[in-house]
Amino acid sequence: MPLSNQSPPGQHAALASKPSSDGLTLTLSGRLNAEGVAAVWNSAVNQATTPGRSLTVEASGVSYCDVAGLALLVELRRQAEAARADFHLTGLGERYRTLYEQFVPEDLMPPPSQVKKPSLPEEVGRKAYVLLDDIYTLIAFVGEFALAVVRAAANPGRVRWADAFHVAETAGANALPIIVLIGFLMGLIMAFQSAIPLKQFGAEIFVANLLALSLLRELGPLVTAIILAGRSGSAFAAEIGTMTVNEEINALVTMGLDPVRFLVVTRVLAAMAMTPMLTIFFSLAGLIGGALVMLSLGYPLVSFVNQVKMSITLGDLMGGLVKSMAFSLLVCAIGCQRGLRTRGGASSVGEATTSAVVSGIILIAVSDGVFAVIFYVMGW
Amino acid sequence: MGRPIIEVSGLTLGYGEVVVLKDLNFTVESGEVFVILGGSGCGKSTLLKHMIGLYPPMAGSVFIEGRDMVNAQGSKRRAILRSFGVTYQSGALFGSLTLLENVCLPLEEFTRLPREAREAVARMKLKMVGLAGSEDKLPSELSGGMQKRAAIARAMALDPAILFLDEPQAGLDPVTSAGLDELILTLSSSLGITFVIVSHELASIYAVAHRVIMLDPQAKGIIAEGAPSDLRDHSENPKVRQFFNREAQSPS
Repeated sequence: MPLSNQSPPGQHAALASKPSSDGLTLTLSGRLNAEGVAAVWNSAVNQATTPGRSLTVEASGVSYCDVAGLALLVELRRQAEAARADFHLTGLGERYRTLYEQFVPEDLMPPPSQVKKPSLPEEVGRKAYVLLDDIYTLIAFVGEFALAVVRAAANPGRVRWADAFHVAETAGANALPIIVLIGFLMGLIMAFQSAIPLKQFGAEIFVANLLALSLLRELGPLVTAIILAGRSGSAFAAEIGTMTVNEEINALVTMGLDPVRFLVVTRVLAAMAMTPMLTIFFSLAGLIGGALVMLSLGYPLVSFVNQVKMSITLGDLMGGLVKSMAFSLLVCAIGCQRGLRTRGGASSVGEATTSAVVSGIILIAVSDGVFAVIFYVMGW
Repeated sequence: MGRPIIEVSGLTLGYGEVVVLKDLNFTVESGEVFVILGGSGCGKSTLLKHMIGLYPPMAGSVFIEGRDMVNAQGSKRRAILRSFGVTYQSGALFGSLTLLENVCLPLEEFTRLPREAREAVARMKLKMVGLAGSEDKLPSELSGGMQKRAAIARAMALDPAILFLDEPQAGLDPVTSAGLDELILTLSSSLGITFVIVSHELASIYAVAHRVIMLDPQAKGIIAEGAPSDLRDHSENPKVRQFFNREAQSPS
């Protein structure tokens, strides 16, 4: 049985048609593999739609016929029957005939689609339901997480510290280069940009005030948290999401281990411990960048340092660090939650990761606003 | 039957420095159902992955339809790859595509069939594996057995002359597994497809295999070759008899 896919030259599929006494006769010959069928499909099917009273397919010249060829024959029969003509197939080799007879024209019909396009109110309702469900699971997650943290605090020995240290290294220490680089460049750029207009008033020295206040109170925590969301929130979502897909989470649950305690608490605690430190490094690098600009403008380092010291208080620093800790809690918890919520396969892991980063950044922005209001009201 | 379609000679394979199997020589004949068997961890799947060119071997050669698989590059390699279909242990269906789209994908990429023709072919393939009516389902909505059958449908999309199946019956219930055996036999007899199957399911080996080779991790090679019932009844190697008679390892 030669069944190679290469068709020998001169054996390509061919189609001939002639009107017969009571209808149409289509003569197929050559090799009916995917390549051959592709060449004759359109014209054969077109002719079969208007066959007259009967359609006869003469297939004695067919030297080879695979499922693509059978699909053509069944499709011709389907078209003939749709046009209320009789269908006859003659001359097909015995071996192919047995296969052909396993199929009926209905096999090629797409099943009547059950899913109707939903109407607008239905669509709105569905989306609203998804949103509410999302909020509900989020609230449930907050509760679970709080409970797990309380349990961990009550019983610190049961926290998996080795895992936490590992996360502290990958999410914290390993992020230092990018944090320092971005902090340095931001400080440099901000100092340079603000020095130009301030120079017109002879007030370049206030670049130090601007830089110190904005970095410590606002930009340090904010940018560090955004980097954390992109770097670690996404990683947590992808890792936990893949674990969910591989049923590792189910394994934990059936072992009686709470996945929130086991996976989420360690990650969030580690990130909360590391992010304030990263924020300090970010602000420091930013100030160094600013100092570089001031040096190049001819100010001695000591006056820059003094100006920085005068313009900020310990409260500014601590406020920034509290914010950065809160941001890291939100970013990492939402990353883990999106991972745990994953259902399905590879594409849903991608969705979970995207959602982790987007929700993380939204939460950072919203909570930053809340912090601004609180700090203002409290007069800090 | 009778024409060699796959020729493996002097094949040595392993990971890094570790040799898993060495100096394998065997041929698979056109139209036969050829089963690679052996206990867990003897390198069956590794051998399969070397035969289909996923991993480069340490030494030796694999010829598929007379074409060198090991050294082929570029378009030559793609031509060889198109002459066979492979199913993987977990099905490896694309999770974001429906079954119909999974089967249509190779047709779309490698043939010039019009869209209706591709869908017709894909529907027929899915019917052949007993999945008519599930065309619009996503792989995650299917049971394990259905996923494996869908994977076979996708592997046959281009009507390849050879199908490689990696543990097709693992994890299936006896009824589904028997259905799969029947499918393999039907495809083999009606379309003349050559099957190379990695398996350790005795029942289905007896049902489908024309010829088997048995691998052994200690010998790092083939310790038996022949028809399964022959090996069960006449093999002189105690390990082979043990395998075919489902005896536990005797304490030594």
